Order: sequence, then C-alpha cells, then structure tokens
Amino acid sequence: MVECSPSELMVVVAARELKDKETVLVGVGIPNLAANLAKKLQAPGLNMVYESGAVGSNPSRMPLSIGDPCLVTGAKSVCSMYEQFAYYLQGGRIDVGFLGGAQIDKYGNINSTVIGQYKTPKVRLPGSGGACDIASNVKKIIVITPHEKRRFVEKVDFKTSPGFIDGKAAWKALKLQGGGPYAVITNLCTMKFDDASGEMMVTSLHPGVTIEKVQENTPWKLKVSDKLEQTPAPTEKEAATLRSLDPHKIYLG
Amino acid sequence: MDSSKLMSMKEAVGKHVKDGDTVYLAGFTHMIPFAAGHEIIRQGRKDLTLARATPDIIYDQMIAAGCGKKVVFSYAGNPGVGSLRCFRRALEKGQPKPIEIDEYTHFGLSGRLFAGATNMPFLPMRTNKGSDLPPFNPNIKTVKDPYTGDDIMVVPPLKPDVAVVHVQRADVNGNAHIWGIIGEQKDAAFASKKVIISCEEIVGEDVIRSDPNRTLIPDFAVHAVVHEPWCAHPSYTQGYYDRDNEFYMQWDDITKEHDSTMKWMQEWVYGVEDRQAYMKKLTSEKVLKLLPKAAYSAPVSYGSV
Repeated sequence: MVECSPSELMVVVAARELKDKETVLVGVGIPNLAANLAKKLQAPGLNMVYESGAVGSNPSRMPLSIGDPCLVTGAKSVCSMYEQFAYYLQGGRIDVGFLGGAQIDKYGNINSTVIGQYKTPKVRLPGSGGACDIASNVKKIIVITPHEKRRFVEKVDFKTSPGFIDGKAAWKALKLQGGGPYAVITNLCTMKFDDASGEMMVTSLHPGVTIEKVQENTPWKLKVSDKLEQTPAPTEKEAATLRSLDPHKIYLG
Repeated sequence: MDSSKLMSMKEAVGKHVKDGDTVYLAGFTHMIPFAAGHEIIRQGRKDLTLARATPDIIYDQMIAAGCGKKVVFSYAGNPGVGSLRCFRRALEKGQPKPIEIDEYTHFGLSGRLFAGATNMPFLPMRTNKGSDLPPFNPNIKTVKDPYTGDDIMVVPPLKPDVAVVHVQRADVNGNAHIWGIIGEQKDAAFASKKVIISCEEIVGEDVIRSDPNRTLIPDFAVHAVVHEPWCAHPSYTQGYYDRDNEFYMQWDDITKEHDSTMKWMQEWVYGVEDRQAYMKKLTSEKVLKLLPKAAYSAPVSYGSV
C-alpha cells in the first residue's frame, strides 16, 4: 500500500468520481488537482470549466486563482462572466461542480459567508462567489473537506449554497434544476446522501478508519449506509500521477 | 479623429470620478486597473460606492484609504490566498470607517451589470432560492413567472456612474481590443454612464478595424482613453505580463494591521506620482519574472468580395 497524506487521499478519492467526457466546474487547489488527476487517468476527455469563463483549460502549471492566465493559454474557449453563468451553468451544461466552505451540515447546506450573524459577523468569509449558482444548477455537487468538528455542524450559521435544506421535501419545493449535493469526501470517509430524506450518510470508510473515528469527528449522530464499503487504497499509479501534478507540494503538503 | 479623449490617468480620474459616485473598476482577476484605483486614492475621493464582483486587492486598498462608503460585490476574498483583511476590518470593526455592503452571487452581480447594460427593468435567474442571502438583501426579489406561475428570483440593473476598463490595446478614440478572460468588462462599460479606457498600447484605427470581433467596447461608449502600461499590476494583462501571485500572497501579511497597510500605501500609492513612478520602484528581476512567453493565435481572414 502506498503511503499517502490526507490531502493526497482526498484528491485520489474525488478524482475517481469523475467520468470521461463529463464537464466539471473546477475551483483552485484540491478540486483542480482532482480534475487534472482524473483527466490523466480514467477521464482524458474531461472538460474543465472555470467560473472565470475559461472553458476546456489545459493548465501547464498549478493556477493560484480561477482567473490565472495559464487557464487561458491553450483553452478551448473563453467567455464573459455573465455568459459563463448564463450559458454554461444556467444552461444546464455542467455535470459536476466542486464546492468548499467553512461549514457544512447534515443536509449538505454550505456556509462560505459568515461565522456568527450576517449583520454582526464574528468572522466575515468571502461570500458566495459562484457557489450558490453552482449548487443550484449542476447535476452533482462534490465537497472535499477535512473531517473536523468545526466544519461539520448540525446547522450552518448561514446557508450560502443550498443543499437539501432540512430534507428532500423542502429541497424539491424549490424546483432547482440542479441535482443537489452528491458526495462529501473527507480524509476519513466518503459520504453520500440518503435518497428519501436527503440526509448525509457514510458510504465508504477510507483505509484504516473505523466508523467510531468518523462519528467522533462529527457532532451529530451520523447515518451509515447498509451497504458500507471500504475505500480502495490509492494505487502506485494514482499516487505517482498526482505527485507529478503538484511537485512542490503546494496543495498536497 | 477626436484625440481630445486621450489624457493621463490623473486627468481622467480628476475629470470623471466624483465624490459619492458608484464606480466599477472592471476585470475578473484579469486586467484589474490598479493604476486607476491608486489615482482615485491619491486624489482623495470619498463616499464612493465600490462595485466589483471580486473587490480584490484594489478595493481592499481603497477601503483602507477611506474612499468607500459601500461595497457592492459577490466574492470578497483574496483568490487562492484567503481574506481581504481591510474589507473585513471595515466590516467587523469599522476601521478606518464602517462600510455598508450590498451582496450578490457571481451570477447575480454579473446579471445586474447585464441588465444595466441592456436597460432591462430586472433580470430573472435560477439562483438564490434556498439561500439565506435574499432575506438580508431586499434588492434580491421574487416574482411570479407569468408563463409557468412558478416563483423566480430577480435582480435589479446596476448602472455605475463610471467604469474603468483596462485593455490590451485601443485607438485614441477608445475602440478597445480585449482578449483572455473577458470577465465583466463589456457589461460594465455598457452599463455605466461614463467609461475610462486604459490600455497597454495605443494602436491605429487600422489595427482595430483589422480585427473587429476583438473590439468589445466601441469608441462612442468611451469618455477617456489613458495610455497606461502595466496599469494592472499586481493583476495581469494576458500576453503582456503575468499575475504577480507572489504579491497576492504578500498582501495577506502587509494587511495584518491597519497601520502596516497604511505604511505600504505611503510607499507605493501616496509616495509615487503615477504608474510610471510605481514601475520604477519594481525591481527588474520582478518585472522579468512576469513577462510571458508569446503564444500567438492563428491569423484569420475577414475578407469579403
């Protein structure tokens, strides 16, 4: 078995969720690595789209921001910001979107706006950017996050990006065109969402992790799938390919 | 040829940016007109409504300098790095003074500009439902779709008093060629009452007319043209100089305190007369590091019988 850092493990597991020919809306950092890894392995035809308007990018180095010039050099297309959100996102052309945030709750609602009250913030975070637009319009939302109690909360302080709200019924009533949260990938496990209730549940434990350990790091009683699986360890090929994408360990440290 | 539009950044800001204006310094990561922001700071403009999808370092600086009373935005972070500390200090602690916010999603804000540019009363969009933002922003409203009867979210048009748009090349009348990440530049220009174009290069009208698809902003929408090489540093201009990612990371340290921020501002904004003087302070090592390898597009023919 290859020794992997927690970040490397999360990227490998996330990359496996991406299929060839899919169109994926990528953020910087870890999601960008996951998309690039998938493209080098099982999904050579993956279309990477960035909310800055770069479409079909082929970055020669790791971009620091989603508007990095290396995302334009050799891209398939570049469109305006409005067009990106109107034609690509609202047009229903994005299969998978990656989101992150300071807090996520058991229905996959994500907070990237504020800790504390909106009007009297304890910590003001950057806000939605395209996150709410992505959550409302892509077929699958994937969240990659370290499994920490301060990030997993029973109820987020602020719903920046809607997940299944407080259950599938409330989400259905919104009539969003997107498919909602699909997977939450942490350093401990993969969680997906119960079809009926829309509640997060553990579907796969990463190598060496027990369900008790996952529960210890989650502040509510976690649902566990009756088909609980073991996440296959990263292969030599996956690990080597990933490390070649971030040789200076900017994101994989 | 009406060369009266050609002027320095000092003249353009002096003539077209007034206290209390809503300003839009355009550019999604790319071609952010830092030189214009610095000139606005030097001229001591105040009570500005600072509109930008991503306030970025430029509005962080203008907030620290006390130019703004309100920020209209959709993502107030330092991309890839973390927080905009000056924005946060103003919001969380009222330092150097309190600031109001008017917040949207990226689609919401770019939609507001599109509605402003096309003179629509409002723009419907499939976002914001289920989010906690609408209850805090009365500008984001719900209307009945007259065709399906469903609820649909709408945003109002945004019509800034003045937009500043940096471009790769323009002629003296302001016909502007833009490529790379074209962000919200065209929408901001068409939505605004006045437009200042700054450019890396002034070219002849023949160059503009040789490639009309690249002209995103035509001269009759433009009020001032500024020839300002390296206007966008530490942001970038595709094909001319790369993004100074190192500075974006350093900004996080520089802005740890209001005092440390103002010390930097004394040296790099108040302490220089214009962008040329700013550029003289950058080391040649830094400048050389930011120069990209050329990557030319294949030429196209616009010929007709």
